[in-house]
Amino acid sequence: MDQDAGNGTAHEPTPTIWPVGFAVGIACIFLGLILSKFIVALGAVLTAIFGVLWAWDASRSFRKEPEPPAEAAESEDGRPVSAAAAAATRAPEVPEPGEGEIIRYPRSKFLEATTLGLGALIGGIVTAPVLGFTILPPFIKQGHGDIDVGAIDDFPENKFVITTFRLNPDEGAVTSRTAYIRNNGQLDGVPSFTILSNRCVHLGCPVQANGLPLRDDTKVEKTGDGQFVKRVPTAAAAGFGCPCHGGQYDTEGNPIAGPPVRALDRYQFKIVDGRLVLGKTFSVSEVQGTGADAQIHAYKLAGPGQHVDGPEAWFYPVQPPR
Amino acid sequence: MANRKHGRLHHLVQILLYPLTWLEERSGLVGGVKYFLFRKVPSDISWGHTLGSAALTAFIVQAVTGVILAMYYKPDPNSAYESIRHITDDVTLGWLVRGMHRWGASVFIILLFLHMGRVFLYGAYKYPRELNWIVGVLILVLGMMEGFFGYLLPWDQTAYWATVVGVNLQATGPFVGPFLGDILRGGAEIGPDTLARFYSLHMLVLPGALIGLIVLHLYLVVRLGVTSPPWSPGAAGKERPGPPPPKRAGLVEPKPRGARLR
Repeated sequence: MDQDAGNGTAHEPTPTIWPVGFAVGIACIFLGLILSKFIVALGAVLTAIFGVLWAWDASRSFRKEPEPPAEAAESEDGRPVSAAAAAATRAPEVPEPGEGEIIRYPRSKFLEATTLGLGALIGGIVTAPVLGFTILPPFIKQGHGDIDVGAIDDFPENKFVITTFRLNPDEGAVTSRTAYIRNNGQLDGVPSFTILSNRCVHLGCPVQANGLPLRDDTKVEKTGDGQFVKRVPTAAAAGFGCPCHGGQYDTEGNPIAGPPVRALDRYQFKIVDGRLVLGKTFSVSEVQGTGADAQIHAYKLAGPGQHVDGPEAWFYPVQPPR
Repeated sequence: MANRKHGRLHHLVQILLYPLTWLEERSGLVGGVKYFLFRKVPSDISWGHTLGSAALTAFIVQAVTGVILAMYYKPDPNSAYESIRHITDDVTLGWLVRGMHRWGASVFIILLFLHMGRVFLYGAYKYPRELNWIVGVLILVLGMMEGFFGYLLPWDQTAYWATVVGVNLQATGPFVGPFLGDILRGGAEIGPDTLARFYSLHMLVLPGALIGLIVLHLYLVVRLGVTSPPWSPGAAGKERPGPPPPKRAGLVEPKPRGARLR
């Protein structure tokens, strides 16, 4: 170290021009994320090159320092002399072991290490449960049970019905959710439904139906303990739109404008005694075709804004348990 | 006559200051406070140098009003909004305290940025004060987190959807994002746990961390001193006037009146 460090002489890194190129590279990466992947690659290359140059320049003063003289000369019995010498300069109160003597471990050192070690152990014992209580519960017992949303006949064919229900009736109104349910009629003798979640796959705002809700035909039905299902038919929803950032979806939930990265999430369903029951939610990359013939590319449920296919999906290799 | 009067006054002052003397003898706190408050600063500092103290004042206002609000607020989805309405409409001067907390939050962040700008433009972040810049950036980050977690507490539509968007935004972070989102929400969906979790972070965890960082920040300010403006003759890198001329030998310099022993 400089002898005069702290005596008015600033100990600063060498002035260098490379951060400018580094900054241009970073800017290229961000621009490329919007414009083109080639610009991302160009930015990454620029960033790497100038980053290395910068680091090289900034560390010049350290590299210039003379190497400490090699002290690895060994004495006749093979013990490195320099280590003992260094110990002597650092802690002169520790007696140096003589010839043939066992290297002693001073009691004060032992007590110091034990005290610190015990302190760390106690700290760990206290911290681990605290962290556990904070972090684990969000990943345990998640998801929701089946939800009875009404008889099949309550859903007119080829019309979306705005259906509001509670994911977990025990937790009250805060778990209220909305799905857009369309009865697609029969497919090979089996009832077919399109059930879209209203959670925008951009950042989670509530997607609205682009069509007239027929509020006069609203029906409220108690289908379980604390479960009140509200059904509002729509005249002819031409698609869905999000009020927050302008994302637009077609009637199958495919994104057609704005920032959404995939199609709207959907609910699994089953028919129990002529009643429609919603199951788990899953994510969809895209839907080909319409209505009962639609081909749905389904994936495990992902959060809003997360890609489920393509290279961007590599950023989300593991999803929390649902 | 005058001498006797002076002596009596001196005695009276001593009696009045006795509690301080008692405290100082046993704790050294009086000296510590004096050391903290009566520091030497450059002679050409300006109002710009008061922005840090202003930000600290804003933080203290947030802490005090926050404690009062916590006496009436209920972090439960079924009663949070109602308790905020109660504070605003029913509690004596509750509207004032809530308003101070609500607007003071913005004032705090704005002052942090102004303070940061002053430090940047004056070059006051340079050696040996880099660490204090880093601590200051951490304070800024925690201050903004306070804003994020506090925004949900009124539990109205704005608060709810802003938090939905904010949490989902963080959940799009690569690799750890989905897990971070779940930890923030306290589950897969926003629910009762989310509100209580945000409340705890907003009024216990983050303020505690902020207070610790502010103490560290002030310690470094006191230890390293206040920087002169760049145009000052006393600024770093400027030529200093040479040492004072040597005193004439044989003359003892009298101590100025009232000078404290060092």
